[in-house]
Amino acid sequence: MSGLVTRDLAVSRGGRRVLDGVDFTARRGRVVGLVGPNGAGKTTLLRVLSGLMAPDRGTVRLGDIELAAIPRANRAERIAYLPADAPVHWPLRVDRLVMLGRIPHASPWRGSDDADARMTEAAMSRTEVLHLSDRVISSLSSGERARVLIARALAGDPEVLLADEPISSLDPYHQLRVMELLREFAAGDRIVVPVLHDLTLAARFCDEIVLIANGGIVRDGSPEEVLTSDIVGEVYGVETITASTNAGNLVVPWRRLDTRDEAS
Amino acid sequence: MRASETDNGGPDTRRSPAAARKPLGTETTRLLIVLSILVLALFTASLATGHVSLPLIRTLAGAFGDDPGMPGLILVEIRLPRALLGIIVGGSLGLAGAALQGLLRNPLADPGVIGVSSSAGLGAVIVIYFGLAAGSDLMVPIAAMAGAAAAVALLLALAGRDAGPLTLILAGVAVNAFAGALISLALNLAPSPYAVIEAVFWLLGSLADRSFSHVRVALPLTLIGWFLLATAARPLDALTLGDDVARSLGFNLSRVRIRIVLGAACCVGAGVAVSGVIGFVGLVVPHLLRPFVGHEPGRLLIASWLGGAALLVAADLVARLLPVMHELRLGVVTALIGAPFFLHLIVRTRRTLA
Repeated sequence: MSGLVTRDLAVSRGGRRVLDGVDFTARRGRVVGLVGPNGAGKTTLLRVLSGLMAPDRGTVRLGDIELAAIPRANRAERIAYLPADAPVHWPLRVDRLVMLGRIPHASPWRGSDDADARMTEAAMSRTEVLHLSDRVISSLSSGERARVLIARALAGDPEVLLADEPISSLDPYHQLRVMELLREFAAGDRIVVPVLHDLTLAARFCDEIVLIANGGIVRDGSPEEVLTSDIVGEVYGVETITASTNAGNLVVPWRRLDTRDEAS
Repeated sequence: MRASETDNGGPDTRRSPAAARKPLGTETTRLLIVLSILVLALFTASLATGHVSLPLIRTLAGAFGDDPGMPGLILVEIRLPRALLGIIVGGSLGLAGAALQGLLRNPLADPGVIGVSSSAGLGAVIVIYFGLAAGSDLMVPIAAMAGAAAAVALLLALAGRDAGPLTLILAGVAVNAFAGALISLALNLAPSPYAVIEAVFWLLGSLADRSFSHVRVALPLTLIGWFLLATAARPLDALTLGDDVARSLGFNLSRVRIRIVLGAACCVGAGVAVSGVIGFVGLVVPHLLRPFVGHEPGRLLIASWLGGAALLVAADLVARLLPVMHELRLGVVTALIGAPFFLHLIVRTRRTLA
């Protein structure tokens, strides 16, 4: 089967089961949105999918091969991981930072070449940060910085893009731009798995939604199947307003269902 | 509002990508050329400086002839090893400082942070304490290297296989404190005041009265260390984006850590072994050069190697030229120049650090 597939995944951290019995599938050419409440295990699943963390039980396969059996360098070429709130430890120039995404493709005895420069520039123009090329990363706004880091992940031209909350610090214009970008990217026979908190955007731009809560998959399928007001209401503990417009369905969280915060 | 004053990222304020792309590569190359010329000039000045004034070129030509004569001997047997050791030790300190700052992502790291310098010092002090130094002038260097090796073994064991920057720094602090305590203990219990004076003077660092046997004893380990560190440019660049991204870019971080700690220990341990403890070079040089290489940890490595060599040879020149009764020890000179300068740098760059 072509795609990124897990079977019966279980992960524990500090004696606590963070994921249990997760059967996740992301096929090529599709954007598969991971949604769910805080602490549900979305980031852990993303880290396992990227090979950064080994599961305690179960398997992860990319195509026909088990992820752990793919050599490190090859895995780096094929899978890009974009963490949420990623640190940048030195005030690098933007174009040089994006160029770091080309590291998996560079030979150890040669500097970056024209192909690297082209891919870097293409990635930067996709996330609309080309005009920031010679700025220093620490001088950018958080939205600009987030777009630069997305460009870094795209620059490696990976088969699989795993992005943890890629749009959480962006303005509406750039949220839409990045979601479009994820779709365009997936359309080139790639696998794109973003973690998202904006359910409306998730419903609009994802081909599939995987809803996670308490370390397990509650429901997966098309946005219409998963993001209903009943399911969202139960999993997140919120009341939603839904509306069918001719542009599509809207799911808007409106009011908390219980008052557990006030009770304490 | 005039259009020229708006900076909203509109089309007119956006520079074209071609114009925006300053050739950072050529800038770095230019920096490396300037630093190389500086090292060569200081090396030549170091050969020309001493109690006896020598016509440098004529002496150099004669030195390798059939009859070198006294001037030739002074040049080749006394001044050349001293200048070479300046480059070897200074280069090691600069390179190791840059690599450790990149690994720990902490601009305050220097070779002292992982405890190698003080442990090498401990090895030397023990040999001096037991009066073994008189046997051969290589006893102290060999003991110092053994001390450095012990520190690295302890550090890697303490820090474990999967240690973050903070664990490494704290383990280094522990090693440092323990080595410092043992040095104090040795000085405390020293059999004679002469042993104390000898040990303290050795700890202050110097390149005076060194011979080619010192160069020979330091060189092999130094070269191994240089190789391990200078080839770590890519993983250090990747670490800029944090541990997770560096690993996702294909690097085995435990191996990167071991490579850099081992590399720094090899070249700094070998350097301390022949020169004593010399501070601040490894801290100040990467700091000074970082803006010139666009803050990229990989590009900083070779630049800091050259910069460290230049700074130490220059400091050794200052130590020799100052008109004081006793020649100043090199570690004293580097700290006297380095500490105020470092403070100045911190004050100047505090905005970008925060």
